[in-house]
Amino acid sequence: MQQTLFDKIWNFHRVAQRADGRDLIYIDRHVLHELHAHHAFAQLLKQSRPVRRADLTFAVQDHTVATGPGRDDETNPSGSAFIKAMREGCRSNRIRLFDIDDPEQGISHVVAPELGIVLPGATHAVPDSHASTVGGVGALAFGCGTSELAHILATQVMALKQPKNMRVQLDGRLAAGVTAKDVALRIIAEIGVAGARGHVVEYAGAAVGAMPIEQRMTLCNLNIEMGGRSGFVAPDDVTFEWLARRPFVPQGAEWDRALRHWRTLASDEGACFDREVTLDCATLEPQITWGTDPTQVVGISGRVPDPAALDPGRRAAAASAFGYMDLTPGTPLLGLPIDRVFIGSCTNSRLPDLQVAAAVIRGRHVAEGVVAMVVPGSTSVKREAEAAGLDRVFREAGFLWGESGCSMCAGGNGDRGEPGERCVSTTNRNFENRQGPKVRTHLASPATAAASAIAGRIADARQLAPGSA
Amino acid sequence: MQPFTRHTGIAAPLIKDDINTDQIAPILHSRGLKEDYRAMLFHRARRREDGSEDPDFVLNKPRFRAAGILVTGENFGAGSSRESAVWSMLANGIRVIAAKSFADIYRENCLQNGLLPVVLGSALGDQFIARVLAVDGKAPFTVDLVTQRISGPTGPDIAFEIPAADRTRLIEGLDDIGLTLKHVDEIASWEVRARAAQPWLQLARDSRRAALNKECENEPTQKI
Repeated sequence: MQQTLFDKIWNFHRVAQRADGRDLIYIDRHVLHELHAHHAFAQLLKQSRPVRRADLTFAVQDHTVATGPGRDDETNPSGSAFIKAMREGCRSNRIRLFDIDDPEQGISHVVAPELGIVLPGATHAVPDSHASTVGGVGALAFGCGTSELAHILATQVMALKQPKNMRVQLDGRLAAGVTAKDVALRIIAEIGVAGARGHVVEYAGAAVGAMPIEQRMTLCNLNIEMGGRSGFVAPDDVTFEWLARRPFVPQGAEWDRALRHWRTLASDEGACFDREVTLDCATLEPQITWGTDPTQVVGISGRVPDPAALDPGRRAAAASAFGYMDLTPGTPLLGLPIDRVFIGSCTNSRLPDLQVAAAVIRGRHVAEGVVAMVVPGSTSVKREAEAAGLDRVFREAGFLWGESGCSMCAGGNGDRGEPGERCVSTTNRNFENRQGPKVRTHLASPATAAASAIAGRIADARQLAPGSA
Repeated sequence: MQPFTRHTGIAAPLIKDDINTDQIAPILHSRGLKEDYRAMLFHRARRREDGSEDPDFVLNKPRFRAAGILVTGENFGAGSSRESAVWSMLANGIRVIAAKSFADIYRENCLQNGLLPVVLGSALGDQFIARVLAVDGKAPFTVDLVTQRISGPTGPDIAFEIPAADRTRLIEGLDDIGLTLKHVDEIASWEVRARAAQPWLQLARDSRRAALNKECENEPTQKI
């Protein structure tokens, strides 16, 4: 019988079926972060249970680390205890930790693929809902809670009910200036915040094949915003070329053997998907959210919708969003004055994201009164960006240039906006109060965020007048 | 895990769709390892701008302060995977969430902690919500997981569905890790098979360190 790639990866990793009917799925790579690690280590200690495979487990300090220069454990007082507790847990359990001062520290979803810790066809778990970011290299990743994290530490498996198969087919060629972020926001808008619930999504089609790995990661990152259990892109030559020679990938003859296997990782022709969605990407313009959930999206040339034009089920949420966002139906998004711009997070903080933003702002300056900040997704990304002079471009334009971490995505490290501010952000959630009490978040691509910082208003990067340099 | 068989409590209606974990358990400015999960629950929604309690928020109303059942809409618990969004319910004495649907990770986190997630089926679900609104906290409902029924004032019992395995796990308060460790031999033999079939999966080695320190290459390395 024809199988989907998800079925193949699932079946290979199925260790046993538990008495309660759940499949035990082996987790090849497990990455922790400090917000959950402490609780899980404490639970195992109390139960006198050892970590089964410390050698397949990694830890990264990301959610609570400060981003200012010279940061340390104490810079963000509310993160300090978490950072130290994870450090101690990793020391006593012999888990490789990318600590706050490690040259390879960063956001777990950025660090794991860039070091080659995750691999095509491998399973991956992180106690974070954006785990499926690494689906961009063809890994099958599951976000989990704290109890499940402890379970994986003790057993190296997850006890799961098999999700269903879904395929999102992305046809056509993206217009210049349109990125995976815009595609993902449009998909979420089309199918809703729970549209992929209970499903693992395979992203396929010409538009995906043409995306570099970093964009595929952005696409898979936003999978949870439509409720998907996981999401991935089948690996191809672009993937293998991207992964080759990264420190944790197999080397030499082992690489060749792995590569032979990875080339077989595809859904069979005619494999059955429980749900299929197709989107023509050729006509897409940059997208931006206007409301307080990631389905509330319009093309950048669009207007805040009239509730009467919305699906009846979405009207109540829209009405509440108008108030929070201080917007009225019919208002154009372009030209809305903004106070803050954030470029970063596991969604859009890899080197090409920063390159795109830097290209937009080169030779220009952030508009007066706008606070703009770039936080690279990893310390490695930061180093590479600095080697290419991007930090200078950002600083000269008036951007703050931060140390790596999750930063203002959820504000867990104290980076946040002021009440009432309107913020264009490259992150993944525009929920009320997420980026600070009463902060009004508009999710968009790095290009849109950069252009808006320069204009002081929501702007379309494709329409900015040529820069002075 | 605290077993769940039956719970009798006031049912508080919070009839909205897509309530996310940022709303349920917001990340707050000042935190430590021993967090106050009781205070965390709906921290922002419970308060007005000046920090005082908002008397209009359902859980602040005197008759719902001791609610044990939360009744809500579609896609409850969307967003972040933070388990504090479950712990904060339990810290407030809420043992049942009856929703039209749940986000996947949130539902898993409920099962891990003995918080019963009841999915309200279409017609009966709407009837139950109407009854909860009408009763308005004046009398309790009983949710019985053994009989899979909700009983309470102003109407007949309502049956609900839950996968048999999830039901057993909650009723017996089973230790999830313990359940899995019954299969420890199968986990070990899977590892042996994987080492033969796809050896790279069983070896997460930093090739730079391995090159530096050949004899330690199979030891997990660590930073102190």
